[in-house]
Amino acid sequence: MNWFASIGRRGINVLRNLGRALLLLMAILRAPHGLVTRFREFLAQLYSVGVLSLLIISVSGVFVGMVLGLQGYYILSRFAAESTLGVFIAASLVRELGPVVTALLFAGRAGSALTAEIGLMKATEQLSALEMMAVNPVSRLLVPRFFAGVVSVPLLAAMFNALGVLGGYFVGVGLMDVDTGTFWAQMQSQVDFDKDIINGVIKSVVFGVICTWIALFQGYEAVPTSEGISRATTRTVVHSSLAVLGMDFVLTALMFGD
Amino acid sequence: MANSRFSLLTEAAVGAMMLLGGIALFFLAMQVSNLGGFKRVSGYQVEARFDNIGGLKVRSPVTMAGVRIGEVSSIGFDSTTYEAVVTLDLLPEFNQVPTDTFAKILTQGILGEQYIGLDPGGSEQYLQQDSEITMTQSAFVLEEIVGQFLFSKAEESSTGGGF
Repeated sequence: MNWFASIGRRGINVLRNLGRALLLLMAILRAPHGLVTRFREFLAQLYSVGVLSLLIISVSGVFVGMVLGLQGYYILSRFAAESTLGVFIAASLVRELGPVVTALLFAGRAGSALTAEIGLMKATEQLSALEMMAVNPVSRLLVPRFFAGVVSVPLLAAMFNALGVLGGYFVGVGLMDVDTGTFWAQMQSQVDFDKDIINGVIKSVVFGVICTWIALFQGYEAVPTSEGISRATTRTVVHSSLAVLGMDFVLTALMFGD
Repeated sequence: MANSRFSLLTEAAVGAMMLLGGIALFFLAMQVSNLGGFKRVSGYQVEARFDNIGGLKVRSPVTMAGVRIGEVSSIGFDSTTYEAVVTLDLLPEFNQVPTDTFAKILTQGILGEQYIGLDPGGSEQYLQQDSEITMTQSAFVLEEIVGQFLFSKAEESSTGGGF
């Protein structure tokens, strides 16, 4: 009996959290005027969430592209198909690796910071203080952060992709002597703008929403103690990563499985 | 404002990031995808009938002497003659293709993509909009070739292979 009750309690908790998260998202989306009134804050958040993630995104992009170039070359040259190395690198980056790895890095680099910031504001009762002064903490604090995240992830993913392709080019053409012309020509003939690149951008927008949403929700709902904040930060990274990977499968099935 | 210098730097950094993101997307569009490559300028349509088109697809390239001069714009089926009707979209600048041109379905590499190769004939008349290429050669289907090879081998051993 107790055993069943414990399962039931967990289920109810999961659903309750999902509902609260959804309510928070709706509250954020219902107050987009916070973006206009707090434009400076939005820019500052774009800086701390987006610009400061540039370095890790660029370095990872170059290295992921270089690894793809190496691995792709070893496998493709076995079948005398090195000419398709460009397609292999560009398609796997633009369709999957770019959006997903960017979102995972973003969750670790920026999402955890957002959770810790909001959570500490809650623990030090700054959120209650705002409410005391009749300032809505959602539109004042969460809206600029949310949209900063949603804007930065696609930009970061585009940079990740571009640098990854260049990294793959460096390894494939520079080190492995694949022909420059074939590398680009095959890539251009096989990678479709609408199907591959636009879908990749849509994916990264969705991942941006998911990661920022989870981070803000975990911060906003954190237990206001130092232990609570540390748990919330951990949960942000774990939940974001799982949600991104799961959502990626769904989106891929919808977009590419015709 | 006391922190105006900081916010100017912030704004500049944000602007730089947005610009870089835009450049990256532009690079992807023009250099990586097909948007900057082969321009889809519609030229004139020519029809060709094949017994078997193998793995030919819409947008497969049409080449002459290895140069891309157009692409396959549609593939249909004639239910009276059981032939595949392929419409080729040739670029307008290649308007001097003789009417007795020979169209073959070829394969890039051994297992690569299939495309249509045109061998020019000697006619003085040129293909126009909606004209038809009458001389065609079907796709190379590996199973058929292997089948023919095995069949001829079997025949060889049953007639001449006695010693």
